[in-house]
Formats: sequence, structure tokens, C-alpha cells
Amino acid sequence: MIHLAGVGKTFRGRDGAAVEALRNVSFDVAEGEFVAIVGASGCGKSTLLRLVAGLAPASSGTVRLGGQEVTGPRAETAMVFQAATLLPWADVLRNVTFPLRLMGRMARDTEDKARALLATAGLAGFEGKLPRELSGGMQQRVAICRALLQEPRLLLMDEPFGALDALTREEMSLELLRLWAARRMGVLFVTHSIPEAVLLADRVVVMSPRPGHIVDVVPVDLPRPRSFDQEGTDEFQRCARRIRGHIFGERAARAA
Amino acid sequence: MNRVRAALPAWIAVTGLFVVWEAVVRGFGIREFLLPAPSVIFTATISAWPNVLSHTLATLVTVLLGFAASVAISLPLAMLIASSRAISAAIYPLLVVTQSIPKVALAPILIVALGANELPRVIVTFLVAFFPLVVSSVAGLLATPPELIELGRACRAGRVQELLRIRLPFAVPFVFGGLKVAAALSVVGAVVAEFVGADAGLGYLIQTSMAFFRTPLAYGAVVILALMGILIFQAVSLIERIVFPWSSGSEHSAPPAA
Repeated sequence: MIHLAGVGKTFRGRDGAAVEALRNVSFDVAEGEFVAIVGASGCGKSTLLRLVAGLAPASSGTVRLGGQEVTGPRAETAMVFQAATLLPWADVLRNVTFPLRLMGRMARDTEDKARALLATAGLAGFEGKLPRELSGGMQQRVAICRALLQEPRLLLMDEPFGALDALTREEMSLELLRLWAARRMGVLFVTHSIPEAVLLADRVVVMSPRPGHIVDVVPVDLPRPRSFDQEGTDEFQRCARRIRGHIFGERAARAA
Repeated sequence: MNRVRAALPAWIAVTGLFVVWEAVVRGFGIREFLLPAPSVIFTATISAWPNVLSHTLATLVTVLLGFAASVAISLPLAMLIASSRAISAAIYPLLVVTQSIPKVALAPILIVALGANELPRVIVTFLVAFFPLVVSSVAGLLATPPELIELGRACRAGRVQELLRIRLPFAVPFVFGGLKVAAALSVVGAVVAEFVGADAGLGYLIQTSMAFFRTPLAYGAVVILALMGILIFQAVSLIERIVFPWSSGSEHSAPPAA
């Protein structure tokens, strides 16, 4: 469904010097597939997501979505940011429907769908609350519902649980898997947590910095539905070790 | 009930101030044209009431027209400045120039140019009041978190949609901060204009009273001006609480930087 071929991105820094953020990145995400991108900070994983979202143009190579080249934001993709990024003046229900209202895609049953979606995310009864009245985890749930209500073919998530505490984070991971299982959509999930990537994804793309490039793609062969019990399995450990080896092995090599 | 209790210390402080004032004036026998006692101010104001009322209304008209002009001009101006770096670079220095000119100096010139009517007074009021409103509105429009702008872009919002549906609502707490300052400054502006050229208004009343050493009446006018400023300020706060309930709370915990 998404196809990246030789994608590179170069920024011009404040001093006018060119900074290469991504070099020759190529991979695919199949329809309904869950792909995680892992890497140390500064490896260009967020940049990559922005390219796929159409928020920034690639400097070289092509990004295709369903056969069409991505040149700007598209209705088939929805994005979840690290911060919940809710509108402080709108209640939960209006926050969730905001993108559809902005795009003029409100249907008669949109609000009912939004209420149902909020209920499955454990937010029934919070429709009329303002964002500041919610906890961080609840705010991020609202942000995820806002993305899901757009019924995207591809959900882009940029460290969506990065700002949450460890316990909320684990809870949200499983919840995300539940919501994803009920839909046919691809997910591209950026994280810097290796266990999180292995737990969630069908495949893990491992990236390395300066300039950002792919060092490995690790298939995770664990049955679904996933649970934290699987963390003890050999397959889980094998995947985690392989990813860790790439990330820390390179660091050690550079330090030596 | 809670709000009454919250306002209690302020009332006690104000009442205490007047009590001490009254006691000091009586105790030391301070003469009336130097510092009148609150009771004397009160009776002097009441005995001249119809006259005082007409002056109060004259000032109120100037204040409200000047304040309305500030709002009507500042908000579009702020949007213009926030929408483009080039426009901002062109307009901002001009605004700073208008602020560096002492308005007291400008008032007589305007009155000669525009005639001794309401217009120059409204313009002086506007000039005193509009600047903080522009500055805080621009700050609000530009303080929108980049993620929120990005969200708008991801939803394919155009620049106008971005301004009206994301930046402008986000700026509301900032705009109201500016409105409160502008409300208080409008009263200052109106009185400055009345000092220079008017045949009515509380500023005019203060000047004519002092010319005849009717100090209590001048003090009465000052008290009414203070009350007017407080009332307009409170009216703005009330509108904020009713129309934008999410805004009044976020003023204390300023919008997060990230």
C-alpha cells in the first residue's frame, strides 16, 4: 500500500549548511500491516513519518500511497502526534470530529460513530469534558480516536505514547492493538522503545542516524492477539536482541 | 458564595483605606482644598449629582467609542501582522512610533485639525488603548503550538481555515488579556483628551473644579473614573467567562509551550 523508493531528505540548517536527515530509505507497508520504526533519536524517523504524511516533500526518491505519489496531506492518512494536540477550547466530542469538520466530511452518523469510538476507548461519559479536565493518557486516547474516526487506510503514529508514564503506556499499547484489530488499516508506528515495537508490530524497521538510513527490517513472528506474556518467549527475545544489537552495536562500534 | 468570600479581603482593604483617610484628615485637621475627607467628597458629589452624572455619561461615551474603535481596528490588524512576516515587518515599526508619541502632546494637535468635537477625543482614547491589544493578540496568534498547525495541515486546512479555526480560537485568552488592559487604558485616554479640549466629561470637571478650588468635587470625579475603569474591566472578564469558559481558566496556567 505504501511504497518508499530511495527516499532522501536534506534540510537547510540555520547557518545555510545542508543537513542530510534521510538517505536512500526504501520499504513497503502492506494493506492492514502494522510496521514499527525504531531508532535512536536523530535517526530521522519522525522526518520519515512526515514525508509519508505529506507534510514535507522528499528531497529525492518517491513516496507512493496506493500507487499514487504523495505530494501533500491526503484523506487516506491520519496522524497521531507525541503530544495529544487537542484543541483546548473544544470538548472531547468536538475534538474527535474536528478533522472531519475541517475537511467538510461530516455525515449524519459521524457523531454517533464518534461516541461509539470513544466508548470503545473507555471514554464514555467524557464527551462533554474539556481536554484540560482529562489525564495525559485520556488525552492521548482522544487523539487516537480523532485519527481513527477519519477511517484512514494508513495510521501514522509519531511516538504516540512517548509522553505517558510506563504503566499507562503498556495499557495503551494493548488498547491500540485491540482498536487496530477491529479495522483494516495499515499502521506506521515510530517509537524508541524496543519492547513496544516488538509487542505491536508485524515488522520492525530499524534505523540508524547520520544520515538516517535503514539497517535492518525484523519480522516479528508472534501470534495475535499479542499480550505481555509473550515478552518471555524466545521469538520476542530473539527479535529484541537483534534490534538492540543493531542500535547499540553501531554505537559501540562508533565509540571504539 | 465562594466568590463573595474571595472578594472579602479586597473589600476590607478598601474600606480600611477610607476609614484611615477619614481619620487622618479629621485628626490632623487637614484643610479641605488640600485633601478632603471621604465623607466630604461624597456629599460634594451627591449635591452636584445631575451635573456630575451628565459629565460621567459624556466620558463614558468617549471611553466606549474609543474602546470599540480599538477592538475593531486591533483584531484585524493583529491577524494581518500574524499572517505574514513581510506585513509584520512593515507595520510593527509604525505601531511602535505611534506608541513613542506622547498622547498628551498629540491631543491639542488633533483637536485643532479635527475640531472640538467627539472625534479627536475618540482618536486619542483609541491611540492610548489599542497597542497592548494588538501586541497580545499577535502574541496569541503566533503562540499556537506547531503541532496544532501541523494537525490543521494534515487535515488539508488552508491558510484562512488555519487562521479562523485554529489560530484565532487559540488566541482568545491572549486577546482577552489585551482587552482588559485596553479597557483600563480607554478611561485614561478619554480623560487625557478631555483635559486638553472638551466642554464636558469628568476630565473637564476635574479641571474646572480645581480652577475654583472645589477639590472635593475633583476627587469625586476621580473616584467615579476609577469605578468606571473597574466596571468596564469586570464587564470584559464577565463576557470572557460566559462566552469562552475554557479561556478564563487557562489564563493562570499559561498555554503550554510545547
